[in-house]
Amino acid sequence: MFKGIAASPGIAAGKVFLYNTEEIRVSRFKIKVSDIPNEITRFEQALIKTRFEIITIRDNVATEMGIKHAEIFNAHLLVLEDRMIIDEVISHLRSQKYNVEYIFEDVLHKYIRVFQKMDDEYLKERIADIEDVGKRLIRNLLGKKKRTLIDLPPQSIVVAYDLSPSDTATMHRKNVIAFITDIGGKTSHTAIMAKSLEIPAVVGLENITENVRNGDIIIVDGTSGIVYVNPRRSILSQYLREQKKLEKFNKELQELKTMPAQTRDGHRIELGANIELPDEIPAVLSYGAEGVGLYRTEYFYMNRQGLPTEEEHYKAYRSVVEKVKPNALTIRSLDLGGDKFLSQLDVPKEMNPFLGCRAIRLSLARPELFKVQLRAILRASAYGKVRLMYPMISGMEELEAANICLEEAKQELESRKIAYGKDMEVGVMIEVPSAAIIADILASKVDFFSIGTNDLIQYALAVDRVNEKIAYLYEPAHPAVLRLIKNVIDAGHSKGIWVGMCGEMAGEPRFTPLLLGLGLDEFSIPAPSLLKIKKVIRSVRYDEAKRLVDEALTLSTGKEVEALVSKRFRDIIFKIVG
Amino acid sequence: MAYMTIEKEIVIKNKQGLHARPAALFVQIANKFDSDIFVIKDNEEVNGKSIMGILMLAAEKGTKVLLKAIGSDAEEAVIELEKILLKEGQDLFGFK
Repeated sequence: MFKGIAASPGIAAGKVFLYNTEEIRVSRFKIKVSDIPNEITRFEQALIKTRFEIITIRDNVATEMGIKHAEIFNAHLLVLEDRMIIDEVISHLRSQKYNVEYIFEDVLHKYIRVFQKMDDEYLKERIADIEDVGKRLIRNLLGKKKRTLIDLPPQSIVVAYDLSPSDTATMHRKNVIAFITDIGGKTSHTAIMAKSLEIPAVVGLENITENVRNGDIIIVDGTSGIVYVNPRRSILSQYLREQKKLEKFNKELQELKTMPAQTRDGHRIELGANIELPDEIPAVLSYGAEGVGLYRTEYFYMNRQGLPTEEEHYKAYRSVVEKVKPNALTIRSLDLGGDKFLSQLDVPKEMNPFLGCRAIRLSLARPELFKVQLRAILRASAYGKVRLMYPMISGMEELEAANICLEEAKQELESRKIAYGKDMEVGVMIEVPSAAIIADILASKVDFFSIGTNDLIQYALAVDRVNEKIAYLYEPAHPAVLRLIKNVIDAGHSKGIWVGMCGEMAGEPRFTPLLLGLGLDEFSIPAPSLLKIKKVIRSVRYDEAKRLVDEALTLSTGKEVEALVSKRFRDIIFKIVG
Repeated sequence: MAYMTIEKEIVIKNKQGLHARPAALFVQIANKFDSDIFVIKDNEEVNGKSIMGILMLAAEKGTKVLLKAIGSDAEEAVIELEKILLKEGQDLFGFK
C-alpha cells in the first residue's frame, strides 16, 4: 500500500501503464568559431518548430477541452520565446563555444535552480512547465520524436514521475482511468487535468514508478490518496464492489440526462447551467441542461487589450443562443468590481469594493459601454430565446435607469435597421438584501428574478466570503437567508413571474429539498452538478419538501435547519453526496 | 518621436505580486512596446519583456521596484505597465 496526496476523487482499478519520463542525454562538445552561425541557425529552426508544435497542441486542446485548458500553452510560448534565455544562449554560444543543446540546457537549468529555491508553491509547480518547454526544444534540436501517450491500451492507469501539459494534451483520454505520479501537489498539472477529466488521481507518491511494472494490477483511491499494487484478492474485490456501486450510481445519473427535472409527484423544475465561455456549450448540453441560466460575460473582457466591440459580443451571444435553441440563454450584463477588476476600465480604487461601484452601478456610470453590450444582447435575441438580467440591482431607480439604457439601445438598433427580439425577457438578479425585501415592488417591472446566493448571503450575514477566519458564519441555511429567499419567491409568484437561482447554493444537493419546498422554479448550476441535482429533484416529493420548509422556517439557526434536512432526506442526499 | 528614458519607482500593490498571472500579462504588454523595458529590484535588473526575468524577481506585494523604459514610446509603456503593478485585488488576466 502506498500513500500519496489525494488529488482527484474516485476509485479506479486497472493495469499499470508506466510512462517513463524520457531521459534526454545532452552531450557537450566544443565547436569552432566558424560553426557558431550554424548553431544559431539550428537554434532558430528548433525554436520555430517548437513554437509550431505548442500552437498546434494549444489549438487542439482549446477545441477539445476549452480555452481555459489551453491557456497554459500560451504561457509555454512566453517561456519559449523568452528574450533573456534566447539572448543568453546566443551570447554563451559565442563565449563558451559549446554545442547549442548543451548551452541551452545549461542556461535553462540556471533559471530552474533559482525557482527551486523559491519559497512559493505555485512558482515551484511552474518548473514543470519550464522543463516541458525545454525538453521539447532540446528534442527538436536533436531531431528526436516525442514519446506520447497516444497508444494507451484501454483501462490504463498511467504511472509517471510527473505528467506535463504536453503529455496529457496528446494522451488517448478515453483509455485512461487514473493517474498516479511520484511528484506533484494539489495544484500540479496532473491534479488539475485529472479533475477536469473526472478521473481519480494520487500524486506525490515519491517512488511509485520504481515499485510497479507494466501490466501490474493497481487500485487508485483518489479520495483517500491510497494506492494498492497487486492487492490481495479480498481488497481488490472490496474495491471493485465500491467501484461498481459508484459506477452504477454514475450510470443511473447518466440515464437521467433526457428525463425531466420533476419531483415524484410531478412538480416540474427548469434546470439550466452556468457558463463563462461559449465553448462550454457542448459539455453543458451533454449533461442534459435545459439552456443556460447564467452566462457570465466578464470573461469576455479578459485576456485582451481594449474593450470588446458590439460585433464581438454579438457573435459570441448569437453562437450560444443558436446552440441552446429551443431552450433559453440568460445573459447577465457585465458584473465587474468587488473582487473582479479590469485594467481597461480605469475604475478608481475603493475602500470597500464589495459595497462600491460594481456590477450594474458601474454599467450605469458608463452608459456608452453598457449599451454596447445591450445592443449585442438585443441583436442575439433575434436568433433564439434570450433573457437579459441585471446584476446587483438594489432598488427601483437602478432598475428603471437600466431599462432606459435598454430602450435607448433598442432605438439605436431601430435607427440602424437591425433586427432584435421584441419579446426578450428582462429580469434582475436578487443578490442585495434590499432587493430581496422589496421584491414585490420590483416584480411588477420585470419578467423574472434570479437569486444570486453568493452575494445575497455575504450581504445579509455581513460575511466576507473570502475571509477564512469567519468562513463558519457563511451559512446558506441561515434563517435570515431562507426568509429572504422565501420573500423573493412568494413576491415573484404573487405577481405571476418565475423565480430562479444561479448561486452556488442551487448546485448543492443538501439544499435542494429546501429550495424545492420554497417554490423555486429554476435552478442554474455548474454543469457537472446538473445530474446530481436532477437526481435529488426526482427523488423527493414536492409536498414533502413544502412540509420540510414549513418546519425549517420555525427553527432558529442554520445548523438546526441543516440537521432537519439531513434527518428527513438522509437517504437521498447521502447517496448523492457520498 | 523623441527617444527617451523614463524611470519610475513603484511599490507593487497587486495582491499576487509579480507572480505567474500578473507576470504573464506584464510581459505580454511589455512586448507590445518598441522601447526596452527593465525592472530593477534591489540592484537586480531584469528584462521586462522576459517572463523568466520577471518571475526571477519574485516580487511580492509591497516590494519596491524601479520600472525603466528606454525608447520612443517609453512614457506610454511606463503608464501601461504601472497599471498592472498597482492593481489591487484579484487580477483576472493571465494564465493559471
